[in-house]
Amino acid sequence: MPDDEPREDEHKPEPVADAPSDEVAAALVARFDGAVFHLSHGQPVVYLDRAQWAEAGVFLRDEQQFTMLLDVTAVDHLLDVERLEVAGVSPERYEVVANYLSHPRNRRIRLITEVPADDVVVPSLATTYGSANFAEREVYDLFGVTFDGHPDLERILMPDDWVGHPLRKDDSPARVPVTFKEDPGPR
Amino acid sequence: MAGLESIPHNFMTGRLEDLVRWARRNSVFPATFGLACCAIEMMATGAAHYDLARFGMEVFRASPRQADLMIVAGRVSQKMAPVLRQVYDQMVEPKWVISMGVCASSGGMFNNYAIVQGVDQIVPVDVYVPGCPPGPETLMHGILQLHEQIKTGELMKRRKASPTGGAAIDVVQRDGVTFTPIATPIGPPPDRVAEPEPATDAADASVQSA
Amino acid sequence: MSLDPLERQTDEGGQELRAQHELVITGGPWPELEGESQTMIINMGPQHPSTHGVLRIMMELDGETVVRAKPVVGYLHTGMEKTGEELTYVQGATNVTRMDYASPLSNELVWSLAVEQLLDVEVPERAVWARMMLVELNRMSSHLLFQASNGMDIGAVSMMLYGWREREETLRLLEMITGLRMNHNFIRPGGIAADLPDGWQDETLRVCDLVEEGIFEYDQLLTANPIWLERMVGVGVITTEQALSLGATGPILRSTGFAWDLRTAQPYLAYEDVDFDVIYTENGDCFDRYRIRLYEIAESVKIVRQCVERMPRGDYRVQDKKVTPPPRARINESMEALIHHFKLFTEGFRVPAGETYTAVESPRGEIGCYLVSDGTGKPARLHIRGPSFYNLGTMPPMMEDRLVADAVAVISSVDPIMGEVDR
Repeated sequence: MPDDEPREDEHKPEPVADAPSDEVAAALVARFDGAVFHLSHGQPVVYLDRAQWAEAGVFLRDEQQFTMLLDVTAVDHLLDVERLEVAGVSPERYEVVANYLSHPRNRRIRLITEVPADDVVVPSLATTYGSANFAEREVYDLFGVTFDGHPDLERILMPDDWVGHPLRKDDSPARVPVTFKEDPGPR
Repeated sequence: MAGLESIPHNFMTGRLEDLVRWARRNSVFPATFGLACCAIEMMATGAAHYDLARFGMEVFRASPRQADLMIVAGRVSQKMAPVLRQVYDQMVEPKWVISMGVCASSGGMFNNYAIVQGVDQIVPVDVYVPGCPPGPETLMHGILQLHEQIKTGELMKRRKASPTGGAAIDVVQRDGVTFTPIATPIGPPPDRVAEPEPATDAADASVQSA
Repeated sequence: MSLDPLERQTDEGGQELRAQHELVITGGPWPELEGESQTMIINMGPQHPSTHGVLRIMMELDGETVVRAKPVVGYLHTGMEKTGEELTYVQGATNVTRMDYASPLSNELVWSLAVEQLLDVEVPERAVWARMMLVELNRMSSHLLFQASNGMDIGAVSMMLYGWREREETLRLLEMITGLRMNHNFIRPGGIAADLPDGWQDETLRVCDLVEEGIFEYDQLLTANPIWLERMVGVGVITTEQALSLGATGPILRSTGFAWDLRTAQPYLAYEDVDFDVIYTENGDCFDRYRIRLYEIAESVKIVRQCVERMPRGDYRVQDKKVTPPPRARINESMEALIHHFKLFTEGFRVPAGETYTAVESPRGEIGCYLVSDGTGKPARLHIRGPSFYNLGTMPPMMEDRLVADAVAVISSVDPIMGEVDR
């Protein structure tokens, strides 16, 4: 029964839009050199150079009425089998991602910046948005991304004396062998 | 002053040991030690519908000094492990531990860097309660098992002292290396550990021979 | 060994009971304090009965006034985002549901929506409405838990019993529908795990009536109670600007007079088609957050009633063979169906490379899922934006310059779930 077999490779990566279909993204692309717009599943995404990271936060807050920084997180692309290709963006190992929400305009936008593995530093958003304080500490703790200008960059989730950054793909394993009490021995 | 003849009824004889066990079994005070999802079910067990008060256990004590039972309800992270051990060390003997849920018992589905793979690596466990999370009925079953242990178990049970005070446990790991995992230095300095008081021994012997 | 009268033998060895300053024991004067204005740093938690799990707060006190407060988190860090990279998309819901354990269905919903968005799958109508009903039932049970624990923290211990009485009813209804009281793993990518059981309408309506009676009782018991007002009104005040800047969402943001609810602002599921109100108040204090959560239960009851009335017929999961296992009856007669079933639950399905962020309104605020796929059967990155994680940031401005006795009311009214904060 061909019907029962899982169909595969049905979904093609969607074509990369050239002109931003989103007004905020258009403003960002016009304002910042090298910014690339990408429509990801209907959500506007702008890829920025990390030198413009903090400035873009100020721009969104002061000129585009983006009232809330929802989230800052990071992605480690070390072991990716396949990676989303966006025209005009040179991929690096890490990506730092920020989701913004504008309440007055009722719209969202996501900014992504590429961070190379040998220089894991990104400007901090904590002086612009208070919510970045905890979020950037979490990213620093789990990925080892240093945020330049963060007032209090220390570990938040792991113990202070922990070595390593566990969410990096080459750090702590996701599975550890289970140890049994009074186990007869290795099997 | 009348003697025994003035109380001809309502009079029973019994062994002191049984009396002590009966009293202990019916007034176990659990410490409030909720960690994760299981803590919510632990609260449900204490609330009106399941009513842990039927077993004399409704008084959840906030201070470990007043508690006899630690219900480790939820996953224990590497950061929480020293805290848990310190709370356990602060409890006074006799004390018991129930490991509630698979996360506390074996790490459960969180087989990763952050979770202690079984709370028995930190504290000795008397009863393991399975489930994720265990329903209130399961927890009550575990509690009744513990009551049975208290009723039939050794009366003067004491944990072995660790070098820095508090009870020690040995975990034999799969690779054959034995270690005493965590010992928080809240007890006395090492030179004064484990000098049993002679009087206690005498009391111990007399109770057991009774 | 001669025992000093100030020493005592315990089973765990001797303990030093001697005070540090002999002068105090003998009734002499206190030792000189250095400097005039001394502040004291105290530590609350992680094992503290009113910190809702394993929250720890460092507070600097000047007398009884809190000068600074700093939440310290991580005592429940479970590495769920790492475990999520090890589990397939089918298994992923079991992982995320254990984050916010007071409202597990919201977590499953946001995860399923994210996976469906990456797959471009549209779920059938019945699944949409069933999801909405389940999430609202879960909102009821979560807010009832808040009423119970908030009452206990403030000192109205009877609320603990009343709140659990109604919550137990909603949990039993959820158990009837999903099979579990908590951590259901019922909302899955592609729909829901099973169809609604026989007789769910009557049972749901019965629970709705019970809960409505219950919140009427709480309202009578607490809302005009002078002691309750004394403890709650004007305590833990936060402004809209502060809440927005700190990323606070949900009842905390709505208590400041900012009526923002994703269910109406950016509707998902079928929230456009049901009639309900967004509850908001204007003072931003603990009492307002209590009221919002109380009246939101009533709104959820309203939505659930409409769901019962208008539940569409049809499939409860998408008929896409890639996502959905074959029906149980087919497995017995068809080898291909058996292989398909086995492959789906061992290897899962592959998701095209891409990234997405979906958000829904959980009882605590906006819960978001940032999901990155690398074209394999397991996500490359799973990140959950826990609303409690950001809501915790509002504790310092609520506590500072207030009395330390109000700290417990503030912690309780923020209603953090530490499983979601630490993940």
